[in-house]
Amino acid sequence: MSESATLIIEDVAAGYGAVQVLKGVSVTAPAGTITAVLGANGAGKTTLLRAIDGSVRPRRGRILLSGTDVAGRRPEDVARAGIAHVPEGQGVITELTVAENLQLGLLLRSRADRKGALEEIYQRFAILADRRNRAAGTLSGGERQMLVIARALATAPRVLLLDEPSLGLAPKVVSNVLQLIRGLRDEAGLTIVLVEQNARSALAIADTGIVLNLGAVVASAPAAALAADDALRRHYLGF
Amino acid sequence: MVEFLNFTFEGLSAGMIYAAIGLSLVLIWRGTRVLNYAQGAMAMFTSYMALLVINATGNYWLGFAVALASGLVIGAVVERVVIRQVTGKPPLNAVIVSIGLLIGLEGLAGLLFSSNNRSFPPAYSINGLSIGSVALGITWNDVFTAVAVLAAAGVFAAVFRYTSVGLRLRATAFSPAVARLLGVRVGRMLTLGWALAGLLGALAGMLVTPSTFLSPNSMDVIFVLGFTAAVIGGLESPAGAVAGGLILGVVLSYAGGYLNSQVVNLFGLAALLLVLMLRPNGLFSSAPARRV
Repeated sequence: MSESATLIIEDVAAGYGAVQVLKGVSVTAPAGTITAVLGANGAGKTTLLRAIDGSVRPRRGRILLSGTDVAGRRPEDVARAGIAHVPEGQGVITELTVAENLQLGLLLRSRADRKGALEEIYQRFAILADRRNRAAGTLSGGERQMLVIARALATAPRVLLLDEPSLGLAPKVVSNVLQLIRGLRDEAGLTIVLVEQNARSALAIADTGIVLNLGAVVASAPAAALAADDALRRHYLGF
Repeated sequence: MVEFLNFTFEGLSAGMIYAAIGLSLVLIWRGTRVLNYAQGAMAMFTSYMALLVINATGNYWLGFAVALASGLVIGAVVERVVIRQVTGKPPLNAVIVSIGLLIGLEGLAGLLFSSNNRSFPPAYSINGLSIGSVALGITWNDVFTAVAVLAAAGVFAAVFRYTSVGLRLRATAFSPAVARLLGVRVGRMLTLGWALAGLLGALAGMLVTPSTFLSPNSMDVIFVLGFTAAVIGGLESPAGAVAGGLILGVVLSYAGGYLNSQVVNLFGLAALLLVLMLRPNGLFSSAPARRV
């Protein structure tokens, strides 16, 4: 794993066509921590991740990865700079095998690194090792989520963006995924930005959190403080 | 019996050409979801390039290399300059643009090279081969055609299956958005896919033109038959395109041999219609629905 980096988002505005979704969002995700991005549907959580990864071009603001502004770069260049985005839903390429999905991620590493990194991934994700030669389309929902996270790790990221990793998974699987995310911070020291609808479980593993509402940050605090704020929970987080 | 064998061999030989065109169409379809109606016209153009070089130098293989190289270049330029403008737009835009390209290239060829039929040299002898006194109905040039197409198909399959650029090309074809998030330079892969398809088309042009003469329209019928081959194979499957080409070649050869040589093209079109009506996903597909 390469060394993690601090991600600083400064006053980013972004949207689609005439629709302004993000209205000047600022967040800091310190190196080696989990930052939860919370808020209702339509608050701009996914757009924030898409602005960071370059799929949506920010209209203003800076996105600093270890001090380098990556705002406005294309997604492939942002990925090469070390930001791995695990998009919501089905990010696996179903027509490729599990191993090919992982190899695609490994292509961002030097040739010498790839074999060892693949072994490491198979050790961490035993289920993927078992299924390595199967088409990714044959995996269950939980296995697919493991695969897209593993594939993002294969790119040797410095920052990992996770969009609703628990969406549509069975409760038992959700807790596995959350354990895994926590482990990536604790063992690999990754910087993680975690977008979640399920605020309670996100705050349980996060270090800090922000709450988005209608494209603006309405709260930014340590995770424990957010979880303890009754008014905030009732108004924006629904638990 | 000898007659049957002759027709079969002739059909397989012609089918190799349809397979090559079909493969090039599948390559583009899988990569960019565009059906390139100008694929035949591009191959016509590269054949003219080859003919210029062959006439100037007397060296067939130099012309052959120039055709393949110009196929690569034309494919890349067409993607980068023309097709890139219509990606993400309604599919009809790409159809219109590629038909426009077809008409434009044929018009340009008429201006540059005149519309006369030109004879075109084969790579190898076109004297019929025979075993003892039994004529086989094929020539060394037909053998070369088969070897060249199968070798090209084999090389392409290996590149796609076993190399990292092949993995990037496949990822781009299946899921460009995901490929991008993994750092794949999708634009370059699309250009490369069109370039490789241009090369395959140029190969088909070099192989078929000795038997059709060269004119601005000389690839039109070949394109339709190559398209039919690709459709028989389901448009998604490289192996299906090769199989489709061979089936079509043999069927048309029997039709021409046993019925009437005038009906061959009619049969080709009928085969296209039949497949589209009865098995729109190709003869070999098991999945009922084509991905959108």
